[in-house]
Amino acid sequence: MSARLPFPYGSRIDRAKSLSFTFEGRRYEGLAGDTIASALVASGQWAMSRSFKYHRPRSVLTMAGQDANTLVQVGSEPNVLADTRALSQGLDVSAQNVAGSLDFDRDAILDKLGRFMPVGFYYRTFFGPGKNAWLKVWEPLIRKKAGLGKVDTTLPPERYEKKNLFCDVLVVGGGPAGLSAALEAADAGARVLLVDENPVLGGSLTYARFGCDLNESAALLADLTKRVRDHARIDVLVDAVANGWYADNWVPVISGRRLYKVRAREAVLCTGSLDQPVPFRNNDLPGILLGSAAQRLMRHYAILPGRRAVVFAGNRDGYRVALDLIEAGVEVAALVDPRKAQDHEALASELVAAGVKIMLGARIVEADGKRHVSSVTVRFANGASDRIACDLVAVSSVYVPTYQLALQAGAKLGYDDVTAQFSIIGLPRHLALAGSVAGHFALDTVLAEGRKAGAEAARALGFDAPAIEAPQDAERSVSNFEVPIHADPRGRDFVDFDEDLQAKDIENAVKTGYAELELVKRFSTVGMGPSQGRHSALATARIVARSTGRSVAEIGVTTSRPPFGPEKLGVLAGLQQSRFRHTSVHEHHLKAGAKMTPVGAWWRPLHYGDDSQRDAAIVAETLAVRRGVGMLDVSTLGKLELRGPDAGLFLDRYCSMNYAKQPVGKVRYCLTLNDMGAAIDDGVAFRIADDLYYVTATTGGVDRIYADMCWRNVEWGLNVDILNVTAVFSAFNLTGPKARRVLENLGGVDVSAEGFPFLEGRVGVVAGCPVRMMRIGYSGELSYELHVPQSYGATLWESLMEAGREVGLVPYGLEASRVLRLEKGHIIVGQDTDAVSTADELGMTWALAMKKPFFIGKRSVELLRRAPLKRRLVGFELPPEERNRPDESCLVIRNGEAVGHVTSTCHSPTLDKWIGLAFAPADAEEGTEIAIKARNGAMIRARVVSPHFYDAGNNRQEV
Amino acid sequence: MKIMTCPLNGPRNISEFSCFGPVHAAFDPAQVSDAEWTHYLFHHENKAGVIREWWRHTPSNYFFIAERNTVTDEIVATYGPHDRAAQGVSA
Repeated sequence: MSARLPFPYGSRIDRAKSLSFTFEGRRYEGLAGDTIASALVASGQWAMSRSFKYHRPRSVLTMAGQDANTLVQVGSEPNVLADTRALSQGLDVSAQNVAGSLDFDRDAILDKLGRFMPVGFYYRTFFGPGKNAWLKVWEPLIRKKAGLGKVDTTLPPERYEKKNLFCDVLVVGGGPAGLSAALEAADAGARVLLVDENPVLGGSLTYARFGCDLNESAALLADLTKRVRDHARIDVLVDAVANGWYADNWVPVISGRRLYKVRAREAVLCTGSLDQPVPFRNNDLPGILLGSAAQRLMRHYAILPGRRAVVFAGNRDGYRVALDLIEAGVEVAALVDPRKAQDHEALASELVAAGVKIMLGARIVEADGKRHVSSVTVRFANGASDRIACDLVAVSSVYVPTYQLALQAGAKLGYDDVTAQFSIIGLPRHLALAGSVAGHFALDTVLAEGRKAGAEAARALGFDAPAIEAPQDAERSVSNFEVPIHADPRGRDFVDFDEDLQAKDIENAVKTGYAELELVKRFSTVGMGPSQGRHSALATARIVARSTGRSVAEIGVTTSRPPFGPEKLGVLAGLQQSRFRHTSVHEHHLKAGAKMTPVGAWWRPLHYGDDSQRDAAIVAETLAVRRGVGMLDVSTLGKLELRGPDAGLFLDRYCSMNYAKQPVGKVRYCLTLNDMGAAIDDGVAFRIADDLYYVTATTGGVDRIYADMCWRNVEWGLNVDILNVTAVFSAFNLTGPKARRVLENLGGVDVSAEGFPFLEGRVGVVAGCPVRMMRIGYSGELSYELHVPQSYGATLWESLMEAGREVGLVPYGLEASRVLRLEKGHIIVGQDTDAVSTADELGMTWALAMKKPFFIGKRSVELLRRAPLKRRLVGFELPPEERNRPDESCLVIRNGEAVGHVTSTCHSPTLDKWIGLAFAPADAEEGTEIAIKARNGAMIRARVVSPHFYDAGNNRQEV
Repeated sequence: MKIMTCPLNGPRNISEFSCFGPVHAAFDPAQVSDAEWTHYLFHHENKAGVIREWWRHTPSNYFFIAERNTVTDEIVATYGPHDRAAQGVSA
């Protein structure tokens, strides 16, 4: 490990604490506070990865986690940014995207084959040989060659969390502008959340050189940071990325394994700006980095980035970088400035005094070196060239505002011709910018603009905040470098490092006919890599603008969408709360050995007994109901109470039968249609009193029906209250020829055939439980359905089971229930219906009271009835010799065309044959045959029969 | 996530609301022609500009009317169903 620079360099490191780790199997030492990248560079190990396409060695570019050059594998975690991931003892780090080793990558030969891989080559090359060559040969090969990292599928699960945060003002970015904005807003009384992606606050104040003394900026940083930390109304999140902007200032902030969902009333973006690389030949060699990256290496980690440097300066900050390098002990061999003139003479004089040769109007055209830069070739305005030996090239050419969040929020990108920079215009309400993202550069302006934005955000919220005047930006005429980018005919002048795209690739994309930026992106993949065009957008826009004779403002950037940076799937998945509901007798089902299944939000017994005996259990439960008595937990049914003088009138309008005329004590079927006349739900209505109906709906449909009822009633304005009491009542259906005997054993309610006939309801007390009883059932047997307040559910269930013991009462599950109802020919809405099935198609014409003046869907029923019926839900059975089995959703075929489908089918234990329901052409009369195409392709001949397979005369349920 | 201001409960996340479709002037289906009825069922105006819709705040089961601009994606106004007269709109 080479010696570090002395204090005060190295603000982030602890020199007393050294850490060891391995990279590519070799042992390295670093210091606490180092990142993986800084520790490697300090040890002289610059190369960290190989590039995507040409496998060129790559190293530190931004030192800010904004490029893909430093993506490494850490243990089993792929795609870790080495320049932001903190070093810890014993880390096992390896390079990604290498064949062999980082030093000797077999695929480096690809660099020599570049001319066979022109831009967009994959769109034109991989069609052959033969069919599916892409899937079989090329795609697997390319995936292997271009893969990023290795996923460890055996990794144990990790815990990720989500948290909601609310604040008055969200400040994104903790640099000088953000710190000022936060303080001003909080001082005015606003609750502020300050978010920064770095481990410490301060932004550029922690590394950059401003137009003031270093001690002065250090004191400023300490003061601002302390005041922010101490402020009661400011919450600070560091190591936290505001990773997108969603409507109404809803900002996901990711910190480690936690996702904060931040809702801010006002937001101030102080996201700074991104230093940009410059395309010249071999501009990706290790040792060529951004000026700000060199400053970060020195100030944060006390690392001397080189011995002899060439600085490429297209702006004022390039000159400051040169001064910083000299102060730290780097020999600055030359400062190459492509502009014809500069407007910061004082800085230039300082450099000249230090012996630096300033080359105005010159450009770096090429860098040389094998694994590290060793020289650059500079071309002067007069055409002459010079080669300068160096081991460091620091590039400060132009800034691009970190526009992503602002653009996601709806702002537009403009281009400022004076500063030759992108600018952000047309900000939406409740969003403000301050600092270099807004084009402010002089420190006093930045601080004042931050305070101004903070004060204005607070004022917008009704707080009393002072009016702040920001001084004119003394560094505005920053006159950045805007020399046209000339593609080097030999290439390797990279515009996009992630995707290995050179200037000529962008030019060729335009020449190929893709003149629009979005098309250039899709054809060339520029900006599609992990850094999402942060360093390629401006250069690409300039190349496309020049190639198409338009302005940079016209070209702009491609649409900015969240996320700002990569986010782990774990962060998105987080802790998923699975919400479910248990009935009052859930434990009883479990004790009875029930196999449970989710039905909507509920858990219900599918059948009782071991899963391996499933089929036998279903048959046994079915036959128990047919021969003795069974009980089904129907607590999940939707239950509604309609109360009020207009309750009957409301039901008359809402459902298809007559309810206003229904006598008290009677139970009536309810079919609900939509405006199109399609059946959408069903249930029953028990008129308990003149002004009280107890109405059931399907388990899955009740929430929608309840909402729809309430909405209709807002429009209709009837005098009725509608209450969803689904969770209030438990309900059990006792069914089978011996059902009456069970209730007689308990007493309390007259359950005789004369005293309590079919389709009637009673309110009474059974086994000490207040019950609402209805003589209804799904199975076709003698049935009583008992509804009790759910707190009585367990008591009633136990009492019924006890009273039924002598007649062999068994609980049965959903599977047996489905068999029983199919034998009887009852439909399940949603299974035997679809989005357009009408009551006439379903054979339920009896359920339509067409004499009523109005009910939902009536108008459509009338209209549809003027055309002949096209299809019907029919019953079918298979001949005994048929070996193939139909399944639900198998097609009904006629003359080679699909004319319907199977909606329900099963083997009937009671009738010992295969039965089912299917949509078939309306002329498929009983006694004819339909053809059903089985899953295995076989055609099944099925006989059309009445859908009431069992007890069509209702002799069993009405006893 | 967008925020919608419920006339009863104040500003809430849009995930707490569901839309119940455009507000129509009340009419008797029996009094309209087949063509008018099918137009009502199947032809949606899909207007670019400010539209009026029924919305429900799900947790409180409160129904109200929202006016929103389909071009700018702004919720222009929300008010209770009985405030329509106050908004100068005939029921």
